[in-house]
Amino acid sequence: MDAAQFLTIAFASILVHNVVLARFLGLCPFIGVTQKTESALGMGAAVTFVMFLASFVTFLLYRLILVPADVELALRTPMFILVIAALVQLVELFMRSRAPALYDALGIYLPLITTNCAVMGVALLNTTDAPAHWAEMSVATGLVAASWQGICSGIGFSMAMLLMSGIRERLSRVNVPESLQGVPIAFVCTGLMAMAFLGFTGMG
Amino acid sequence: MPERSLKKEFTKGIIEENGVFVLVVGLCPALAVTTTLQNAVAMGVAVIAVLLCANTLVSLLRNFIPREVRIPCFIVIIGSFVTMVDIIFRGQLPPHISASLGIFVPLIVVNCVILYRSESFAYNHDVLRSLLDGLGIGLGFTLALCLLAAVREVFGSGTIWGYPWVPISWPVRYVPAAILVQAPGAFLVLGLLMGFFKWLGLRKRRA
Repeated sequence: MDAAQFLTIAFASILVHNVVLARFLGLCPFIGVTQKTESALGMGAAVTFVMFLASFVTFLLYRLILVPADVELALRTPMFILVIAALVQLVELFMRSRAPALYDALGIYLPLITTNCAVMGVALLNTTDAPAHWAEMSVATGLVAASWQGICSGIGFSMAMLLMSGIRERLSRVNVPESLQGVPIAFVCTGLMAMAFLGFTGMG
Repeated sequence: MPERSLKKEFTKGIIEENGVFVLVVGLCPALAVTTTLQNAVAMGVAVIAVLLCANTLVSLLRNFIPREVRIPCFIVIIGSFVTMVDIIFRGQLPPHISASLGIFVPLIVVNCVILYRSESFAYNHDVLRSLLDGLGIGLGFTLALCLLAAVREVFGSGTIWGYPWVPISWPVRYVPAAILVQAPGAFLVLGLLMGFFKWLGLRKRRA
C-alpha cells in the first residue's frame, strides 16, 4: 500500500461514497442522535472506533477461515453479526474498567452500535463486496486496507453526523410548517446535503 | 392492555404502526433499494419472509430462551433466516435486481424492524398472533417501500415496473428528473412523504 492508495481509499469512503449520504447506512443514529452536537460527536467517535475494530477482525475471519473453508456466502451474515455484537460488548467492558471517563462519554451509545447497519455494512464492503482487486492482495496488505477503510468510513459517518447536528440545532430555532417538523424536515435537509456531496461523484 | 382482535393484530402494522413512516425504523433499505419498483418488491418479499419466520420461531421458543440472553438468541435466529433468503435470492433473482439489492440483503439482519418485533412482540405473544403481526408489519414495510419506489421510478426514470409510462409512439416525451433515482432524491422523497402523512393525520385530528 503506497500513499496514493491510502489517499484514494480515504477520499472515496469519506466524500464520494459517504456511508450515510451516498450508501444509506447508519440512518437510525443519523436521525436519532443528531439533536445535539455533543451527542452526535460522541456517537461518531464510538462508531469510528467499533468500525475500525470490526473491519480488522471480520477481515481476518473472512480471509483466514471463511474463504479457505469456502463458506463465505453461507456464513458471512451470522458470523459477522456475532463478531460485531461480541466486539461491542468487549469494548464496553474494557472501557468501563480501564477508561471510565471515556465510558461516561461514549458508553450510552455503545449498545446501539450492534444494530448499526453502517458497521456491518463496512464489514461486508471490506470482504465479500470489496473491489475486485482486493482479493489479490496478501492478507497483511488487505488487512491494512480494510482497517483503513473502516477508520475512514467512521470519519465520514462522524462528519455527516456533525453537519446534521449543526443543521438541526439551527432548525430548532426556525419556524417550520407543523407537518414537516422533526424527522421530515431533517430528511429534506439531508437530501440537500447529499446533493452537495453528489458533486464528488467520479472523483477518486 | 385489552386483547386486540386477531384481525387488528394483522392490520395494525400496515397503517397505524407502519415501520417506515410511523415508527421510523428500517430506513436504510427503504432508501437504498427503492430506485425501482421491482427492487422494492424483492426487498419487501425478503423482509416479509424473514419477519414471518423469525417471529414464529421466537414465539415458539419464547419459554425456552432465558431473558438475559434473548438478544443474542434473536440475532442468531434472524441471521439464519437472512442467510437462507440471501442464498435463495442469489440463485433465483434476475442478476440486475440481485446486484442492486447488493449488501442490503445480508443487512436485513441488522434491520431494526425485525429485532424490534422479536423483542417487543413475538417474545411475549402466542404463535398465531406473532405470525399475523409479522405478516402485517412486513406487508406495511413492503407497501411503504413500493410507495417510495413508485414515486422515484415514475418521476426519476419515467417508467413503471421498467416500462415507460408515456408510450413511445406518442409525440411527447417525459424528461425524467434523474436526481430522484440518485441518493439525494431518496432523502427528499422520504422526507416529503413523511410530511404529507403527518399533514393528513393533523388534518384528520382537527376535523
